[in-house]
Formats: sequence, structure tokens, C-alpha cells
Amino acid sequence: MKYLSEYRDPEMARGLVKRILGTATRPWTLMEVCGGQTHTIVKQGINEVLSDAVEMIHGPGCPVCVTPLEQIDRALHLAARPDVIFTSFGDMLRVPGSECDLLQVKARGGNVRVVYSPLDAVEVARRNPDKEVVFFAVGFETTAPANAMAVWRAKELGVSNFSVLVSHVTVPPAMVAILDDPDNRVQGFLAAGHVCTVMGWKEYEPLADRYRVPIVVTGFEPLDILEGIWMAVRQLEEGRHEVENQYVRSVRREGNQPAQDLVTQVFQVVDRGWRGIGTIPGSGLGLTPAFAAFDAERKFGLEGIHAEESPDCRAGDVLKGRLKPFECPAFGSLCTPESPLGAPMVSAEGACAAYYNFGRVQADVPVGAAS
Amino acid sequence: MITTAPQGSTLQRITCPTPITAQGQVQLGHGSGGKMSARLLRDRFLPRFSNQYLEGLGDGARIPVEGSEVVISTDTFVVSPLEFPGGNIGHLAVHGTVNDLAMMGAVPKYLSAGFVLEEGLELDVLDRILDAMAEAAAACGVDIVTGDTKVVDHGKADGLFVNTTGVGFLKGDFRPSPELARPGDSVIVSGPLGRHGMAVMAVREGLEFDADIRSDTASLAPLVAALRESVGPHVRCLRDATRGGLASALNEIAQASGVGVVLSGQPPVPPPVEAACEMLGLDPLYVANEGVMVVFVAPEAEGDALAALRAHTVGASAVAIGHVVPEHPRMVVLRTGLGGTRVVDMLPGDQLPRIC
Repeated sequence: MKYLSEYRDPEMARGLVKRILGTATRPWTLMEVCGGQTHTIVKQGINEVLSDAVEMIHGPGCPVCVTPLEQIDRALHLAARPDVIFTSFGDMLRVPGSECDLLQVKARGGNVRVVYSPLDAVEVARRNPDKEVVFFAVGFETTAPANAMAVWRAKELGVSNFSVLVSHVTVPPAMVAILDDPDNRVQGFLAAGHVCTVMGWKEYEPLADRYRVPIVVTGFEPLDILEGIWMAVRQLEEGRHEVENQYVRSVRREGNQPAQDLVTQVFQVVDRGWRGIGTIPGSGLGLTPAFAAFDAERKFGLEGIHAEESPDCRAGDVLKGRLKPFECPAFGSLCTPESPLGAPMVSAEGACAAYYNFGRVQADVPVGAAS
Repeated sequence: MITTAPQGSTLQRITCPTPITAQGQVQLGHGSGGKMSARLLRDRFLPRFSNQYLEGLGDGARIPVEGSEVVISTDTFVVSPLEFPGGNIGHLAVHGTVNDLAMMGAVPKYLSAGFVLEEGLELDVLDRILDAMAEAAAACGVDIVTGDTKVVDHGKADGLFVNTTGVGFLKGDFRPSPELARPGDSVIVSGPLGRHGMAVMAVREGLEFDADIRSDTASLAPLVAALRESVGPHVRCLRDATRGGLASALNEIAQASGVGVVLSGQPPVPPPVEAACEMLGLDPLYVANEGVMVVFVAPEAEGDALAALRAHTVGASAVAIGHVVPEHPRMVVLRTGLGGTRVVDMLPGDQLPRIC
């Protein structure tokens, strides 16, 4: 497929693997921030072929994984209301809340719909004026402009039966939280290419400087990831700590200004809870006063819904790279992909689910035995 | 546990709106062909109906009749929309059961058809579906010999549901079965993946997108006949890769045979299907097919089996995709272009589009 297969060429990929293995004089620990990158790494077995030189820690960049239990419970509450059509991106539907997930609410008669664009949710609201339509606005800076656009459009069209349950998070504060952790092991980052397509990389420059870590803005295809890893390893070997851009075909230093303008018009920085990690100051986005009428939490009075995470789930330690998934006491026993305790076990790309699968095959096939 | 703000809240008594156990209701995921479907069968259906024919968990059952054996198989068809690029529910209803019989090694012969019609269904639509069934049955050499119709209130069915049950006859000793895979066997897929699932998805309400994708709905019986004639004794297992896609079919065989399966690379996917899957964040390995099967054959028969399949239009793109190993029993893995390993597990339920 044009513009994809070029970045998946196995021969070039093997060449990059060789180059990384040849560059690293010692094992390095890198974190890929974005869930999309984790997906590629696991799907292509990149962590396996590089295991002698680089340990990849799957970072907190999967919006599904970090959406706090409380917001999931609020979503479940709304979805079960007979007057509500609840719309969401697909992979939020199986994320467990305190008692159940959105798929189970749907099975009980809740009107839960998967949409591919938040603007589709506005359209659902226009077509169903007798219902309240709520969109579950989750994600990082990548989805923020599209979600902001939906709210902006609803206001422009006067669609008053539309609202959003916001659980937006932003990357840099999470990186700071990881770097400030006394147990931090991460020596370099692959920054999320699509987040930076929107935001640029200016805000990462002080981080690289202050914490003396290389940050490489990286794309999502196998060659992107491998090149990003190579660039980070080269910096570490040379004792440099800069922001470099691997994803040159998509990212500019300033990012996408109109998208940023829209986001700042609709959203403002707020403190936000991260599942398993807790509240990180200034790490989230909430609606600005001008758009408060579209805030589902206000509209439906959801502030009273609180939730406590399972004490058995150590997702926070896993997401920070402090604990390997298989070191968690619940791993594989209390917590499996079929009955997950925490979000990283939910999607196949979640760090715990990835290890659950990989660990099982590893027991029989030694790492590196693949031809 | 959901707790509430202690005072001054209008939500004092709020509890989770769905305080239910995980298995309280049937969910759509129970029909996905993945792990939830398997568990529903294992926990609720099989214990109650247990008998030697059912336990094989094949695409049908081989039952004794007058000192001989016949194969019987049944399938129920629900699809929205009823008509899609490349066919309609009528094609599926005939091909689906014909293919299930063929996967058991049988030559399909007779079908029954039971319809649940929804009040308000356009008769023109019904006519097109019945025409498709008649046409498909004739092409497959099967007769629809008995049937039933029921009509339900508007809103109680999605236009039309149809069940077909088929009877087929076995020839000679040809008895492929999911538990017969052996280490060393070659794994062949009869055609490119994902066409049916993505063709339906492209016209589904709320998700319309332009794509040149047609359903692959087709009878696999001629392919099975060609395999039987050419390499019959070497054929171990046949499975059509319907709901749950190729990944589920391979996992089912790996589990039934207690072997591992290694895919030596990404199986063939047509470019428009690949593009649509990329856009929606879906994996073509899990997308439904209605005219693709996997064939496990003894390694020495791989070349002849491929030649037999490729002699037919439906199998023209047949290709070997991997082999059976004694390691990692009951697990399917894919060797990536990098030399890494990816586990191709069965999904718990339906494949959900990814946000990131």
C-alpha cells in the first residue's frame, strides 16, 4: 500500500536492527510514549529482536489505558440512562469500570454507539433531537483538535442535546511525572509522532535539557520506530540529550497552529487523574467556560460519582516502567485479557496483555530463535 | 465500587447502573467467533447436549445412517445490511452451510431453509434474496428440499433472519477433521483475506466509505472436491475462515490438535481491504471471510494441493502461509519480517476499532 509499504520494508528494517545492535555498547532503556507505537513494536516483535541492546518500556500513551476508573464509571452511568445515546471510539467499550463495561451496558439495553469521528456524534445528536447525545472525549493532543471541533461545531449549530464527557490528557506532564519518579529507569524517549504533528516539539526542548534525556519524535511504522530507536541510542552513546525529529514527513517544530488555536479556544489545562498513576497536575484538558454548556459532567451532575481502583492492580507501576507486567502478583491469575483488572490488560497492545501473550510463547521458543 | 459524595449530593443513592456479574446477559461478543463464543458453547450448550457427535466441534456432525455415514450441518444468518457489494444474505445462507458440509469432507446434497421475516420487509428485497438462494443452490448442486417461514412484528428482527441446515455425503475415506493436524503439516489459505467483512462494513449505516471491495461469498465445495481427488489421504483439516477470521480458524485447529502453528509471514490481503483496515484500525487476520478456507496437508502434498486449489477461480490465489510445529501447543504465532514473533491469539469478543 502506497505510503505504508515503503515504511515496512523487511530488508531495510533488518538493516536498522543491525545498526542499532552495532551502535549500542551497553543495554539502554527507552520508553515509547504512544500506544500506537507499542502496537507496532509488539506486532512486529521489535522488542524481541532488540532485546540485547534496548529494553523498551511501554509508556502511558494509550488513552484507553490511562482513562481513570472514575470517568469510565461516569460513562457507564450515562450510557445506562434511557434518555442518552452514548457515543465513543470503539476500544473504550471493553474497558472495565467498577462493575462492568460499556458492552455490558449495551447488552442491558443501553444505547451505545461506536463512532469514528466526533463530528459523527454531533450528527447523531442532530438526527435525534429527543435524546441527549454524549461523546466520550478521550485521548491525547492528537484527538483533542477533532474533539474540540465537535464541540465548537455543536455550539455553532446550536445543537444543545450534545455534550462531551472529557478525559483528555497531555503528554509532557506525564513525562515529567515519570522522570521525577525516584525509581525512574527511562534513559530516553520516543515522543509520539501524531501528538507532535499537532503540538510540535518546542515543549519537549526544556525537558530534554533539564532531565538530560534524548527525546526523538517518532512515527508509527516499523522503519520509523527502528530509526527513532537508533537515533535515541546514538544520542545516548554520544552523551547527547537533544530533541530530534525522526518523523520529518509529518512533524514541524511549531506543530499545527490552527489545530492548537482551536484546542485552546475549547479546552483549558486542568489537573487530571490517570488510571493507576493518580492525579498529575496540569496534565489534562477540560472545557473552557465558553463551552461549559457542553460538559456532560455538569449537565448530568456526575461530580458525585467516585471510584476506587482495585488494590490488586499495579497498573500504575507498570505504566511508569517500575514493574514488569509479569512481576505483578495479579498477572495471569486474577488478571487476564478475558477478565482484566486494569486497563493495560484490556487491549492487545496494552503492556500487560502484550506480555501475557509474549510470555506464553517465550516459554517454548527462546528469544532470538526466530529465523 | 462506586462511592458517592457523602453529603449534599443529589446522587446519594447512586450505584453502578449495571450491577451485574460478568456473564449476566448475552452480549454481541458472544457471537463474535472468538473466546466469548467458545466459552458460551463450552459452559452452556455442550454440557447439556453432550454426545459423541457434538464433541468433535467440527463445522458439522458425521452421523451413522444405515451402516453408512452422512454429514449434517446447520447455520443461521444475520447480517446488516441484508444486501452488500458482492452478494446478499441469500448467498451467505447457501454458501455458508454448503461450506460447512464441505469442511467435514462431505459432498453437499440437500438444504432446508427456515426464515424469520420482519413485518415491513420490502417484498422486492425478499425476492432478490430468494433469487440469490435459488441461483446459489443450483450452482452448488444442492436442492432446497424443505423450509419454514415465520413473520414477527416490526422491530423484532433485522429485516430477515435465515437458517439453513444441510445434508451431505462422504466419499471413500476422506474425513478431514480439526484434531488431525500434525507437526510438519503445511498450512494453506485458499484466497486473499478480509473481503466479506470489509465489504459489509463499508455499507453499514453510519460508517459508509467508498471502497472497491466485494464480498468473497462463494462455495468452497469444488475446491474440497479437487483436494479430495488430488491429495485426499494427505488432507488433515479444513476450516472456513468465517467470523473471527483466519486467526480464529487457525486457533481452533491448533487447540483441537494440540499443536502449534507458525505463520511465516503476513497472509495475503487485497490492497483495498488493507487500506480500509488501516483506516479503521482493524486487523485483517480477524475479519470475516465467506469464501476462504484454511487447509492443513501433509508437507509432501503441499505442491499438489496448491495446484488443485489454483485450478479453480475461487482458489486461484491459494498460497502456503505456514506450518505446524510441536512447540507452543494450542498457540498460533506469526514470524514478522524482522524475525520477531507475534502471537496471533483468538480475540475475546468482537474486534474493536482502535483510537491510537
